[in-house]
Amino acid sequence: MITLDNVSKTYGTGEQAIHALKPVHLHVPQGAIHGVIGLSGAGKSTLIRCVNLLERPTTGRVFVDGDELTALDAASLNRARHRVGMIFQHFNLLSSRTVFANVALPLELMGVAKREIRERVEPLLELTGLADKRDMYPAQLSGGQKQRVAIARALASRPKVLLCDEATSALDPQTTLSILELLQDINRKLGLTILLITHEMEVVKTICHRVSLISAGELVEEADVGDFFTAPQTRLGREFLNAFLELEPPQALVDRLAAQPGDDTHPVVRLAFTGDSVSTPLVSRLARDCDIDVSILEAKVESIQDRTLGLMIAELIGPADKTREALAYLESHDLQVEVLGHVQRDA
Amino acid sequence: MSSAMLELILEATLDTLYMVAVSGLIATALGVPLGVLLYVTRPGQILAQPLTNRVLGMVTNIGRSIPFIILMVAIIPFTRALVGSSIGTNAAAVPLTIAAIPFVARLVEGALNEVPPGLIEAAQSMGATPYQIITKVLLPEARGGIITGLTITVVTLISYSAMAGAVGGGGLGDLGIRYGYNRFNPTIMLITVVILVVLVQGFQMLGDYLVRRSDHK
Repeated sequence: MITLDNVSKTYGTGEQAIHALKPVHLHVPQGAIHGVIGLSGAGKSTLIRCVNLLERPTTGRVFVDGDELTALDAASLNRARHRVGMIFQHFNLLSSRTVFANVALPLELMGVAKREIRERVEPLLELTGLADKRDMYPAQLSGGQKQRVAIARALASRPKVLLCDEATSALDPQTTLSILELLQDINRKLGLTILLITHEMEVVKTICHRVSLISAGELVEEADVGDFFTAPQTRLGREFLNAFLELEPPQALVDRLAAQPGDDTHPVVRLAFTGDSVSTPLVSRLARDCDIDVSILEAKVESIQDRTLGLMIAELIGPADKTREALAYLESHDLQVEVLGHVQRDA
Repeated sequence: MSSAMLELILEATLDTLYMVAVSGLIATALGVPLGVLLYVTRPGQILAQPLTNRVLGMVTNIGRSIPFIILMVAIIPFTRALVGSSIGTNAAAVPLTIAAIPFVARLVEGALNEVPPGLIEAAQSMGATPYQIITKVLLPEARGGIITGLTITVVTLISYSAMAGAVGGGGLGDLGIRYGYNRFNPTIMLITVVILVVLVQGFQMLGDYLVRRSDHK
């Protein structure tokens, strides 16, 4: 439904040129919810704005619903944009228009007759839960309600694609969730293809099917969401995941960690259980089979859509040869093992 | 006070209102589009035309920098060609209009500049043409600021119109100078000033009311 072929964006020329987006390829199939995640300044915004040509790419071609947008003249591009809805971080509602009139705006722009506008706007207000707000002005609404208006407005022209530019970044966690549910609902009911950019893993985890990781204007990783959350392939991916899971060893322990094993030290490991290993009683087996003690320092289980991800930071206590054996045992199972360091036993 | 005097005051008030109304309306009709042009032709804007923008900006600045009293005299030939005379209220309305057009334009440009750029972007993402962006987004969203600007213009015109006496334009300022100042009649002087204050106050209140009504922020 959306294809970016070798799309790049450079601001300025020569020495001062800023390569906001290096040549990227991206394909989002019909009906998918695709997330692009990255830190601020990574080029997410440029990427999504290249899709509907709010930014004209320096190179490459953009296809939406079979049309090559980059090849269209101004008038055809405006018509094509009716099939691409967009919502924004700061909602961008017209303060001079009521909820109803805001949602009606794209239809007015398309020259739809008054009566038909009414017939099309009312159901959208129902869908987004705004029926009782139709005559209010944006200033009277909460952030979540404003984004609902923006969503209804984006849907008014019956688009095939919805672009979400940090759509939940200005909202509190609870409101974020309700907006994400609405987007998911729309995706299912209307079969709408959604491309969203965000810096929040929560958003990706909650509604995306696939995710791309963007860094310094490049798409460095692309994966199904389940895979990304259980086994990110890049360093940045792992950083995002760890920050999201907030599973870092306690500071007191970090201070005592040594990179190299000493005479009387024990390894501290971070274990990520995925797939089959989640339901296997590995820790008790480890203790039994390798004859060591396992001290669990932190543990967490996350559901990522249909997958489960278990995380644990643990200290393996025993003689050096035993703990080495234990590490080998863990690695032979379907889980990721990362030795964070070695700690002197204080007892 | 004699009824003749009252009649003079009434006539002067109507003259002032007439000059302000004519020049205000024409300046709005020409100044608002000029202000829109100044804004939309800016570099990076929806109809970016840097050269046009610079030329328009320069012309506007020249218009704004000529002292009104000099402008009024300087364009007498133009005024005569346009309204057939260089004296009277119609003749005074011409320089008032010329002075007010760039004034309105800059205030409108400023008001448009207050519209969040995100709104323009949102409209573009909906496939709006530049004309639609101007009529459906920019002007409605800047309405409060534009009304504020027009109110300032009307108030300025009232004060400028007092100078119109210099070309025999009549009006309250003229009355105040001829009868109040030249003939040492403090009552007339006071009355004209009071009427001017009331007019300015009235227009300001009307403007404020209209801004409040159009403001949903």
